[in-house]
Order: sequence, then structure tokens, then C-alpha cells
Amino acid sequence: MSGAGHHSPLEQFEIKKLVDLQLFGWDVSFTNSTLFMLLAVALSAGLVVWAMRPAAAVPGRFQMLVETLYNAIANMVSQTAGEKSRPFFPLIFSIFIFILMCNLLGMIPHAFTVTSHIVVNFVLAITLFLFITATGFAKHGLKFLSLFVPHGLPIALAPFIFVLELISYLVRPFSLSIRLFANMLAGHLLLKVLAGMVVSLLMAGGVLSAIAVLPFAFTAIMTGFEIFVAFVQAFVFSLLACVYLRDALELHH
Amino acid sequence: MEDTAMKFLGAGIAMIGALGGGIGIGQVVAGWLGALARNPGAEGKLFLPGILGLAFAEVIALLCLLVAILLLFVV
Repeated sequence: MSGAGHHSPLEQFEIKKLVDLQLFGWDVSFTNSTLFMLLAVALSAGLVVWAMRPAAAVPGRFQMLVETLYNAIANMVSQTAGEKSRPFFPLIFSIFIFILMCNLLGMIPHAFTVTSHIVVNFVLAITLFLFITATGFAKHGLKFLSLFVPHGLPIALAPFIFVLELISYLVRPFSLSIRLFANMLAGHLLLKVLAGMVVSLLMAGGVLSAIAVLPFAFTAIMTGFEIFVAFVQAFVFSLLACVYLRDALELHH
Repeated sequence: MEDTAMKFLGAGIAMIGALGGGIGIGQVVAGWLGALARNPGAEGKLFLPGILGLAFAEVIALLCLLVAILLLFVV
């Protein structure tokens, strides 16, 4: 993967410090990751606020776009987690649109994909997980632990099943974050490797330059597919957040 | 054999596990299409569990890819 003078396809994931800042010995530099996160937040907030400005009864294009996104997530929340979870809708929508914007911004050539780093996804997932667990305990008290002992279980099996369910519950933030991380990493690695193939073939000259059309076509198709995956992964993250929320609010699987 | 050769071998062997992911996704979509064919009006209710099943089945294949990438680039 790294021949003489060739760049590794992993270089696109490097974090570069743009402004070096230190705070009490902690490195809080402004990196390219920070820049793209700020850009994602600014774009999503700006889009929603600006598109809803006309507030017309017959929506124009951008208002329709924002309303479609809103309705999709609202329907998902009420279908999955029930009407009692309406207060949690802003959280789910914020998570969805942040991850969507971060994924889509990464599709711009030479841009940095924020969600391709495990630490970003892990912080999102663990914060969500801790919040949902705390909500469950706040609402049900210690009866929240009855989530791990399904109804109608022979008493002899109960401790074993409890441990099993507890472990699969604690795995949730990890599976949530790894799903998004691996999808983004694999997609962008593939695109980089394919693009590198196109460049190598073109530089070889002669017949090989003509063959370069094939990896180029494949890169184009994969770019389209990666945009689709960006939407799907953002949707799946927020869908699973709703499912876990439902589990915590109504204590049965 | 040297370290690097074993790493490449390990990465290749790790990707065999993605076979399970492929079969799993195929089963999810087969079930979804079968249910949709029997009851086309239920598409609204079937969409969410379909996407959910796809996400769960894909995680296993992605875990294999992750192990392969870890072996190649991190270890």
C-alpha cells in the first residue's frame, strides 16, 4: 500500500493541528477535526433556521427539504419509541443531523471526515448511553434492573440470564460507535485506494492509461454509494438511539 | 515467517469472517422482500425493522474488516 513516493491511503485520517493551544497542560489545539465539526454544526443550524424562515403554507424547495427530514425523524421516533418519548425528539434530531452533516462533509474531496475517528463516535455513543441509562433509573428507580430479567423466566436461570443481558446491554455503546466508525473508515479507505489506482494507471502511460477508465467508473459509483451510506448510517444511529430509549422507558424488550 | 508476512496473512484470514455478514444481510433482505410480497401495504411498518436488521447484520462483517485494518496498519 505504500510504495516508493506513494502516499498511504490512511493519510486522509491524520489529525492536523491548525492552531496550537494549551490549557493547564492539556492540549486543546484547534485541529482540522474541530474545524469540520464546527462547520457541520454551523451548516445544519444555518440550514434549518434559514430554510424555515419563509414559513410558507406551500413550501419552497429548502423548506420542503427540512420538513421532510423533520417528519422522517419524527415518524421514526413516534413509531419506535412511542408518543411518550416526544420530549426526547430534539436530542434524536440533533444527533441525526450532526452525524449526517459530518458524514456528508467528509464526502467532499480532500475534506476530513469527523466520524471516521473512533473517539468521536465513542463519545457520542457513550454520552447517549449514559443519558438513556440515567433516564431509565430516574423514571423507574431500581426497578430499571428488571429490564435484564425477561418476563416468565424459571427462577433457576435468572442469575445467568441477568448476567448475559447485562453484558449485551453494556456492549451497546461499543457496537453503536463501531458501526458508524467502521462504515466511514472502510468507505473512505476504499475510495482513496481506488483513486490511487486511477492515478497510478494514468501515470504508467500507453495502454494502461486507457484501462484507467475502469477504476474511475468504479470510484464514481462508490462515491454515490458512500453518500447513500452516509444517510443510512446517520439514520441507523438515531434509530438505535430510539430503540434503546424505548427499552429504558418501557421495561420490556 | 517474519512479522509483516504474518500480519498480511492474518489480515487476509480475518476477512473470511465477512462471509457471515454477507449471508446474514442476504437473509434479512430475503425475509423483508418475502414479507413485502405477501403484504405490500405493510411497507411503512416493515421499513424500520428492515433497516434495523440490516444494521445489525452488517456490524459483524465490519468487525472483521476492523480486525484486518488493525492488523495491517496499527499493529
